[in-house]
Amino acid sequence: MATAISVEGLVKTFGHVRALDGLDLEVRAGEVHGFLGPNGAGKSTTIRILLGLLRPDAGRVTLLGGDPWRDAVELHRRLAYVPGDVNLWPNLTGGEVIDLLADLRGGVDPRRRDELIERFDLDPRKKGRTYSKGNRQKVALVAALASDVELLLLDEPTAGLDPLMEAVFQDTIREITGEGRTVLLSSHILAQVEALADRVSIIRQGRTVESGTLAELRHLTRTTITVETERTPDAVGAMAGVHNLRVDGHRATFDVDTARLDEVVRGLAGLGVRSLVSRPPTLEELFLRHYGDELAVLERADADGARSDGERGGR
Amino acid sequence: MTAVDTRPPAAPVTHRPAADRLAGTARLARLALRTSRVRVALWTAGVAVLVYSSAASIEGLYPTEEDLRELAEPLYDNAAVIALQGPTYAIDTLGGAAVFNIGAFGYALVGLMGMFLVGRHTRVDEEAERTELLRAAVVGRHAPVVAALLLATGALAVAGALITASMLALGLPVAGSVAYGLAMAAFGVVMAATTAVTAQLSAHARTAYGLAGAVLGLSYLVRAVGDVGDGRLSWASPMGWAQQVRPYAGERWWPLALLLGTAGLLTALALQLLDRRDLGSGMLAERAGPPRAARWLTRPWGLAVRLQRASVLWWAVGLAITGVAYGSLGGDVEDLIGDSEGMAEIVTQAGGDLVDSFFATALLMVAVITAGFTVASALRPRGEESAGRAEPLLATALGRRAWLGSHLAVAAGGSAIVVGAGGLAMGLTDAVASGDAGQVWRLTGGALAHLPALWVLAGLGALLVGAAPRATGLAWALVGWCVLVAFFGELLDLPRWARDLSPFEHVPRLPADEVTWLPLGVLTALAAALAAAGLAAVERRDVGS
Repeated sequence: MATAISVEGLVKTFGHVRALDGLDLEVRAGEVHGFLGPNGAGKSTTIRILLGLLRPDAGRVTLLGGDPWRDAVELHRRLAYVPGDVNLWPNLTGGEVIDLLADLRGGVDPRRRDELIERFDLDPRKKGRTYSKGNRQKVALVAALASDVELLLLDEPTAGLDPLMEAVFQDTIREITGEGRTVLLSSHILAQVEALADRVSIIRQGRTVESGTLAELRHLTRTTITVETERTPDAVGAMAGVHNLRVDGHRATFDVDTARLDEVVRGLAGLGVRSLVSRPPTLEELFLRHYGDELAVLERADADGARSDGERGGR
Repeated sequence: MTAVDTRPPAAPVTHRPAADRLAGTARLARLALRTSRVRVALWTAGVAVLVYSSAASIEGLYPTEEDLRELAEPLYDNAAVIALQGPTYAIDTLGGAAVFNIGAFGYALVGLMGMFLVGRHTRVDEEAERTELLRAAVVGRHAPVVAALLLATGALAVAGALITASMLALGLPVAGSVAYGLAMAAFGVVMAATTAVTAQLSAHARTAYGLAGAVLGLSYLVRAVGDVGDGRLSWASPMGWAQQVRPYAGERWWPLALLLGTAGLLTALALQLLDRRDLGSGMLAERAGPPRAARWLTRPWGLAVRLQRASVLWWAVGLAITGVAYGSLGGDVEDLIGDSEGMAEIVTQAGGDLVDSFFATALLMVAVITAGFTVASALRPRGEESAGRAEPLLATALGRRAWLGSHLAVAAGGSAIVVGAGGLAMGLTDAVASGDAGQVWRLTGGALAHLPALWVLAGLGALLVGAAPRATGLAWALVGWCVLVAFFGELLDLPRWARDLSPFEHVPRLPADEVTWLPLGVLTALAAALAAAGLAAVERRDVGS
C-alpha cells in the first residue's frame, strides 16, 4: 500500500462556516507528513474527519484503504491519535489512562509503555486533575506511541512540552518511522516539522495551498545570497529573479527565485566572486510567504478581480 | 549604545497592605454576579418557592387551629421525625408548623446554596486557572475570596428577604417571619464561609465541596442527636443555632449573632490560610494512585462503572436516608393524618389501606427523586463529550454504541441500586418499628416496580445524547414534570393527560395496588425502543463538538 491517507475535495461546514473548502491531502505510507496552517485553517477538523468523528459534507476520504466514517472501529485498531488539547478524567491516574486508551486500541507492549513513561519522565501515579498541560500531553503521547499501530495522527502533539521533551519526541518519531509506520503531524513548531517531515502540506482557510517535499517547496521560493565581488555588484539589480537587493560597497545581499539560481550564479561569476554565502529558505519563510505580505497582496488582487499573474495557478 | 533614558523615574511603590490585598474586590464581585446570574436567580427563587409552597400547603391541609393541634399531637414525642426535621417549637401554630415542616432540610438547602456559590468563585475558578489570570491584574490576594463571599451573602440576603415576604404573604406574624428569613440566610452565610475555608485546604473543587458537605452533614447529624435528647448537643451545631432562633415561638435573636460571628471568624481563617499558601495549591497533600489500570477498567463498561460508581453510591446513601425518614413515619401515619381531609386525600390517592397508601406514595417520592440520578447518569456521555474526553476514546477501537451503551447500562443498573436502596431502607425501618418482616421485601419490591419508568427516562436520555445532544435539557424538563406531578399533581388538580406524561403515573402503586404487569411491560418496551433509537442515532452524528 503506497498511500496511507488520500483526501480529495473535502468539504465540511458548521452552520454558515465553511471550515473545509475543497481540501486535498495525500500521505504516503511510511512517511512523516507535516500538516501546516494557521489557527482555524481546518487542521483539527480534517483530523477529526480522518478519525470518523465528523462526517464530511462532500469529498472523498480514504484512510488505510478504508472509509473513516463507515469503518471507524476497524481502522482505529490500526491508528493512534494525540489531540492538541488533552483532557483527562480528573480521578484516573495517568497510568490508568495510558492503559485504558492503549487497551481499547487493541493492546500495548508493557515494556514499551514503561520505557516511554521513563523517557518522557512522566509520573503515572498522579491523578488526571493534578497534571499540567505538558504532562497531560505526555499521557496521550505515551498511550499513542506505545501502541503497535500503522498510523499516528498527531494534532499539535507537543505544544506544551519543553525543549528536552521535544527532543525525546523527535527521537521517538524517528524510531517509529524507521519501523515503517506513517505519521501525520499537524504542528505549529516549524523547526519540528522541518526536522521530521518528509513532505508537507500547507493549508489555508480550508484549502491546500502547497504540498510536496521540502526540497520541492524550496524550489518554488527564494534563496538568500550574500556575495562579495571584485567589481561593484550593481549589475545584480538587472538580473532576472533577483529581489530585495541591498548593496554596500562590494558586498550585495539579495533574494533570488530558486528556479533562477543557476543563471544568477553564472552572472555573478562574471563580477569576480570573492566570497559567497547561500542560505536556502527555512520552512518558516515558506510558511510566512503564504500567510504574510504576499498573501495580503494576493488577497487584494483577488478582491480586485485582477488575478492574472498566474502565480497561484503556477504552483 | 548611549541612549539617554528620558522617562521620568518610576514612582516609588507605596505600601497599603490591607487595602492592596482587597484591590479589585468590587469589580470581581460584579464579575461573579455576571457569570453566575442565572444560578443566583435559580437558587434564590428556588429557596423562596420551596418555603412558600411548603408553608402554603400546611395552611391548605390544616386550615383550622383544631387541625393543627391534631397534627402536632403525635409529633412531640416522635424521635424519628424530630431527628429529621428539628425541635417542635410552636408546631400547633401555622408559623411553627410551617417552619417545622421545612425543617432542617430548608437549612441544608440554603447551606448548599452558600457552599456552591462560594466554591464556584474560589476553588473552581482557581483550578481552571482563571484566578491566575485575574490575580496577574491589579487584583489583591484576598479579593477573589472576599468577592465570592460578597456574592453568596448578597444572594442569601435576597433569599432571606423573599422567605420573610413569603411568610408575611400568608398572614404570619412579622417578628417570626423576619426571624425565619434571617436564620435561614445566616446559616447559609456560615456554610459559605466554611466553603471559603475548605477551598483553601484542597487544591481540588471536588474535595473542597466534599469537606464543606461533610461539615454540613455533621452539623445536621449533631443537631439531630441533640434535638432527640435534651437539646444540649444541638448547641454544638450551627444548624442547631439557627433553629434556636425559634421563629413564631418567642423569637430569640442572639443566636443570629453567634452565626454571623462564626461566619466572620471562618472568613478570617480562610484569609489567613490564603496568605500561607501558593496560588493553585492547597494545604492538603495529593495522594498518589495506581500506576497501572486494573484489567476491568480498560473494558468500556469498566470505565463507565468507574466514572459513575461514586455517584451511584452517594445517591443510594441519600435515598436510603430518605427511605429511613419515610419508614420511621409509617407507624404514626394514622395519627399524623388525623382528620385532615386534604392530607388524607394525598396519602390515599393510591386507594386502600391508609398505611399501605402512605408507603405507596412514599415509594413514588423515592422513585421520582431517583429519576435525578437516572437522567444525570444517562446524560453522562454528553458531559464526557463536551469536556473533550470522548474524542480520544472514540479514536480507539471502541465503537460509539459500546461507549454510549456502557453508560446506559450503568444508568439502568444504577437506578435499580438507588431506588432499591430507598425501598430497602424504608422496609427495614418499618419492619423494625412494626415487627412485620414482610415489609422489607414488600417495600423493596414496590420500589423496584418503578424501574421501568426510570428506564424510560434513561432511554430518553440516550436518545437525546444520540440524536439531539444540544437538547439534553429536555430530559431534565421531564424529570421536573414528574416531580411536579408526583408532589403537587393532586394539589394543583392537573388534568389526567398532563399527569400521564409522567411515566411514574403508569406504575402500579405498590404495596397499596395489585401488581399489574401490562403497564410495566409497555414501559420497558418503550424504554428499550428509546435506547435503541439513541444507540442508532449516535452512529450518525458528528462527535466532539
